[in-house]
Amino acid sequence: MSGDGRLTQERLRELRRAAIAVRRHLIDAVHHAGAGHLGGPLSAADILVALYFELLRIDPQDPQDPQRDRFILSKGHSSIGLYATLAMRGYFAVEELRTFDRLDSRLQGHPDMTVLPGIDMSSGSLGQGLSPGIGMALAARLQGHDYHTWVLLGDGDSQEGQIWEAAAVASRYRLGNLTAILDWNGLQQYGWATDSGYTDLARQPAQENPVERWRSFGWATIAIDGHDLNEIVDAGHRARATEAPTIVVARTTKGRGISFMENDFNWHAKPPSDEELQAALGELAAQEEAL
Amino acid sequence: MTLVVGEQVAAQRDVFGDTLVELIDQDERVYVLDGDLANSTKADKVAQERPERFLQMGIAEQNMMGVAAGMATCGLIPWISSFACFVVNRDLDQLRVVVAQPGLNVKIGGAYAGLLTGLTGKTHQEMADIAVMRSMPGMTVIAPADGVEARAAMLAANDHDGPVYIRFTRDSHPTIFPADYRFEIGKGVVARDGGDVTIISTGVQTVRALEAVGQLAAEGISVRLLHLPTIKPLDVEAVVAAAATGAVVTAEDHTVIGGLGGAVAEALGEHRPTPMRRIGVADCFGESAPNDDLLEKYGLTASCVAAAVRALLQD
Repeated sequence: MSGDGRLTQERLRELRRAAIAVRRHLIDAVHHAGAGHLGGPLSAADILVALYFELLRIDPQDPQDPQRDRFILSKGHSSIGLYATLAMRGYFAVEELRTFDRLDSRLQGHPDMTVLPGIDMSSGSLGQGLSPGIGMALAARLQGHDYHTWVLLGDGDSQEGQIWEAAAVASRYRLGNLTAILDWNGLQQYGWATDSGYTDLARQPAQENPVERWRSFGWATIAIDGHDLNEIVDAGHRARATEAPTIVVARTTKGRGISFMENDFNWHAKPPSDEELQAALGELAAQEEAL
Repeated sequence: MTLVVGEQVAAQRDVFGDTLVELIDQDERVYVLDGDLANSTKADKVAQERPERFLQMGIAEQNMMGVAAGMATCGLIPWISSFACFVVNRDLDQLRVVVAQPGLNVKIGGAYAGLLTGLTGKTHQEMADIAVMRSMPGMTVIAPADGVEARAAMLAANDHDGPVYIRFTRDSHPTIFPADYRFEIGKGVVARDGGDVTIISTGVQTVRALEAVGQLAAEGISVRLLHLPTIKPLDVEAVVAAAATGAVVTAEDHTVIGGLGGAVAEALGEHRPTPMRRIGVADCFGESAPNDDLLEKYGLTASCVAAAVRALLQD
């Protein structure tokens, strides 16, 4: 960090490079597996990089350290984005990403804490990630630990009622050691019709006014651009210091980084063809070149 | 051990509250999560006497189950206090995904289990919890017979590393176990020996089965009684051995589908096919009414158990 709390230009370039690599690896892994989600992992990639490379107090060599920060991917279908980030961060070899969704792989379709060190909570059934985060934050308080618990939510994920049960309880216990980040990309698997019905790609937003909603549940709120690494990191530092539970509402683009995947719900879960893979890798190479 | 219906009575829910305090005092990892039913489940004893170990989670069972899972990953032992009907059904997916699949050390107390729920009726009567819970991989499922066994089962559950579901009944019942009884997860208890027919029972229905054994003895029918407080893992060896009489009646305060009767039928079907009758609530929902009326109408009295035994022996 530079003196004013922002990332240095050099560090910013490193993080951007890491985010591009995460996108490259996750697209490659989904192509190799012949199945998997793309839109959500791509929208979350910058947030995941900011968390794992800058915000989380973790040691990839000691993934069970009781003092580590906890992270829960509530939108568990973005698992490949998390796996690519963990591999880039040194939790396991990047080559293992190509075992994604294979029999006996540690990289299950949805994160499985019983097989992959570094996964603090299994997830995949939506709406369930925030509650274990409360449990971890409460445990830190009860056991006198100063670690922070982070939960990445989706806006489709947040349609589940359990998220709002959890939101209410977290603010009752004033869990300042808990931060949720909303990957607010506006789309979900199929979505809600506009006035023109389901005839085109247009959809109503998966969730509207999240800042207002979370504030009414007693949470501190920070609204940011979820693809601006400076803003994500800055929001994370502010959230860690807040005494109330904090939601970082991160405006994102589903499919971010690959022009033909952006804002198209059809790329929620679809493997790219060989040609699409090459086109995507080409776009990412150009982005890296431009850094 | 020979069990007899004693003079003492106890309500399992009172034992639940008392034993939670006992566990808290001997284990710093134990916390109680309540779904706003503490003064019914009697976990309120913890709220009053050990408030620092009591965490109100409000009327939001799905979140409560997830919070418990998160706490368990940090080395704590959360005990959940709620009604069986809610904790089994309302948060079943949470239980599946963040407790059972990771095998986390969460203890689930299902209060007011079975037919007798204090005049609250079908919404509050949970008669399929054993069936649902025993289909969950890695889950231990326990139905204690009396207050002594309820306490002993809780101590054993707290020592067991992994998720445990224990069902507790609401009202007072006679005590049948001696005070020094030690509970072993997965082990049946031969309560009576006999040669004509076998009753296999679980939970509080074992008390009624013991009464049935007395009625039948007066008629010259010699009954072997196997009490199975743990429905999962099932004591298959004890079930197969008990079936040596050649006739088996199962008895449970639970639907006849998929519970103890189902588990015993599965075991005997594979290892020792034996003529059977299943006593329990038929495939139906209940209603609100006084206890004695419910037991009579839904066929759970000692006389109903005895009648099933006679019918099986006449076939």
